[in-house]
Amino acid sequence: MATPVISFQDYGFQYMAQAEPTLRHINLDIYPGEKVLIAGTSGSGKSTVGNCINGLIPFAYPGKSSGRLLVDGREAGESSIFELSHVVGTVLQDTDGQFIGLTVGEDIAFAAENDCMPQEEMKQLVDRVSGLVDIDHHLEYAPYELSGGQKQRVSLAGVMVEAVKVLLFDEPLANLDPAAGRTTIELIDMVHERTGAAVLIIEHRLEDVLWRRMDRIILMDEGAIVADLPTEKLLAGEQLLQHGIREPLYLTALRYAGVEITEALHPEHVEKLALTREDKEKVRGWYHTQKAGIRREQHGQELLRITDLKFGYTAEKVTLQDVNFTIHKGEMVSIVGRNGAGKSTLAKLICGFEQPVSGSILMEGRDLKGDTIKERAARIGYVMQNPNQMISKPMIWDEVEMALVLSGMPKEERTARVEETLRICGLYPFRNWPVSALSFGQKKRVTIASILVQRPQIIILDEPTAGQDYHHYTEIMDFLKELNGKGYTILMITHDMHLMLEYTKRAIVFSEGRMLADTTAAHVLNDPQLVQEANLKETSLYMLSLACGIEEPQVFTECFIGYEQKEVR
Amino acid sequence: MAKIAILSYIKRNSLVHELTGTTKLIFFLAWSVASMVTYDTRVLVCMLLVSAVVFKISRIRVRDISVVLGLAAVFLLLNNLFVYLFAPEYGVELYESRTVLLTIAGPYTITLQQLFYHLNMTMKVICVVSVALLFIACTDPSEFAASLSSIGVSYRIGYSVSLALRYIPDVQREYHNISQAQQARGIDLSGKDKVFTRLKNSVAILLPLVLSSLNRIETVSNAMELRGFGKNKKRTWYAKRKMQRNDWLAIGFVLTVLVVDMVVTFWDGNRFYNPFV
Repeated sequence: MATPVISFQDYGFQYMAQAEPTLRHINLDIYPGEKVLIAGTSGSGKSTVGNCINGLIPFAYPGKSSGRLLVDGREAGESSIFELSHVVGTVLQDTDGQFIGLTVGEDIAFAAENDCMPQEEMKQLVDRVSGLVDIDHHLEYAPYELSGGQKQRVSLAGVMVEAVKVLLFDEPLANLDPAAGRTTIELIDMVHERTGAAVLIIEHRLEDVLWRRMDRIILMDEGAIVADLPTEKLLAGEQLLQHGIREPLYLTALRYAGVEITEALHPEHVEKLALTREDKEKVRGWYHTQKAGIRREQHGQELLRITDLKFGYTAEKVTLQDVNFTIHKGEMVSIVGRNGAGKSTLAKLICGFEQPVSGSILMEGRDLKGDTIKERAARIGYVMQNPNQMISKPMIWDEVEMALVLSGMPKEERTARVEETLRICGLYPFRNWPVSALSFGQKKRVTIASILVQRPQIIILDEPTAGQDYHHYTEIMDFLKELNGKGYTILMITHDMHLMLEYTKRAIVFSEGRMLADTTAAHVLNDPQLVQEANLKETSLYMLSLACGIEEPQVFTECFIGYEQKEVR
Repeated sequence: MAKIAILSYIKRNSLVHELTGTTKLIFFLAWSVASMVTYDTRVLVCMLLVSAVVFKISRIRVRDISVVLGLAAVFLLLNNLFVYLFAPEYGVELYESRTVLLTIAGPYTITLQQLFYHLNMTMKVICVVSVALLFIACTDPSEFAASLSSIGVSYRIGYSVSLALRYIPDVQREYHNISQAQQARGIDLSGKDKVFTRLKNSVAILLPLVLSSLNRIETVSNAMELRGFGKNKKRTWYAKRKMQRNDWLAIGFVLTVLVVDMVVTFWDGNRFYNPFV
């Protein structure tokens, strides 16, 4: 067998500021040209493994290591971050933050500039590499002129200027909409074919990564490797779920239907599934028993009505138009569409951050036009994507109380209100804690509490689960579901299709500043035309139902969601 | 978000834009020195004329930079006012003669000499400001760092400047978002509150902004190191342009101006041109 390009030998690592080691007894060999996925929940140590390979550990984040780590045959700790960068090219999670140059061309050339490459040679190199990832027509563009997917291409080109042996991707899908995510995976696959470099992807969105073949999956939990298996073998087992990683939806559906998942079934891709006639019969049988149980819900009273809404930052450029929909009391609705489709603009208009060019927003029949941000905030709560962008007080109690203090409410009433809100949000035991002691999910709760305390009738959340693994995702969403159960109306802006399907009945779809559809969540992903227009991605359930000969894929999806909510939770 | 471009690179096709960043930087520095050194009215008038011509060639319109020009005008006016208030007889001292035009009150009289001094001072400032504005408006930010490093400034410093330019729009956008979300929680920034309350309120926006900027800095510095920034003493520049004939001409011209300026100014051992005696 060939020599591994990366070799962990009983490796352990402990960050300087931490009491416990983050990695324990890691034994892992990556061979040239392999495609490996490292999966695990946040805090499992998967990103730390990546940082050890590219040299950020120990050169940027010092700590204590044990055992050996060889990168391209050399002891990594005795090398330098610069030398390692010739072997390992890293694409970080934050495509925006790692865009260093002022234009695409400069950013791609960055590594070559640091190598003192003569300009002529550099220009040729940039032309060649940018052609490889299909961004060569945008060399003059500034970062803010590019979409998330395009920035990802630039990042990739930027590491490909070095003839690296390993390409390392740290959560490449985190900030991308479904279609861009799929394109990214295809792009990585293509680059892998053309360069022959080993590809290492660190990601918890398993199903999306498996859109293209991965040779192996390394599953991590609590700083150790719990499984290191070929993709088919790992998917056939039940380790994923035990360690907090969601398996692909079609496999879950097959399990529900009583189909046994084996390696022979080819579980690695929905289109490769080797289902026998018996298996398909089982799925159809399950579908028919479930179908009977679907209930349609009744609408409550009308709460928010939007009519002919139109908006543009300048007179010529319209960013949003023809928006018409009504939200009823007690509903939980998703607003979906790719990045830049106009979802966030809609939220800003409802909250009064921006003023529409024409059209009206009615709340319980009353036009909100002329109401200030502050006046609207008493009825409409807005929770930003990143809790760190909202929290402005060091203590939890103060943070939640802030809006009430500013509104001049008397102290006694305030205390009662804050206590009640903290109880609803499950934060009461932490009321005297500093915010910094909380996890990301808990901080999210604090920001929701700081909005809830104003008792709004409707809460708008911008990407509530962005960048969260399955565990934290479930934690946040179950909490929102609970709030919804208590009568709060919730609007969620998201590009996460699983989230839309699992937690909301209804979805409003946006694309290019227009409202494309207002329909059931299951319908959205089973309408191929809508999926394409809105740049979304059909679920694997859709493909599975087609493979099993089910005529109404949409109902199949609804059955699956209904079953999950009834039987599994 | 509306674009608030007070002063930034304005892309046009002109001879001035075609010059390399290095040339423009040298031109700007030498020009500033030349106009700072001299009080010789004849030289200043010539330089002013040249500035106007260069402005014309650059195709930058007054409208493009009107905000900054307005600000500069206000400061110039204030500057003149204070100079007069504190030293109303400075011109008389300099030019060793006194022609009273108007008596206001007490020590405040308006003399021809004082007016002449103010005229010279104003011309100096206009010379420097106009070329400085041109430098900023006509130099592609991508070339900033390269041009700084070409005149001997460490590339690390040059790159910091360039990075700041890169992240200003991002930080602006973030500030905008945070401030909207905080307003929804009852923070009023519209100016109805007292100054102290407003200061306290702005902390509620700045704290999250600073924390997220620190986060951003960590990401950027990691990304830069991972791609070999700081490995060598030198680096090359993708966006740097080669010096052309016009560049050498421009540099030659500005150095000539500087030399002539020095000669004319110091020939008679006095920085001031005195038409009064």
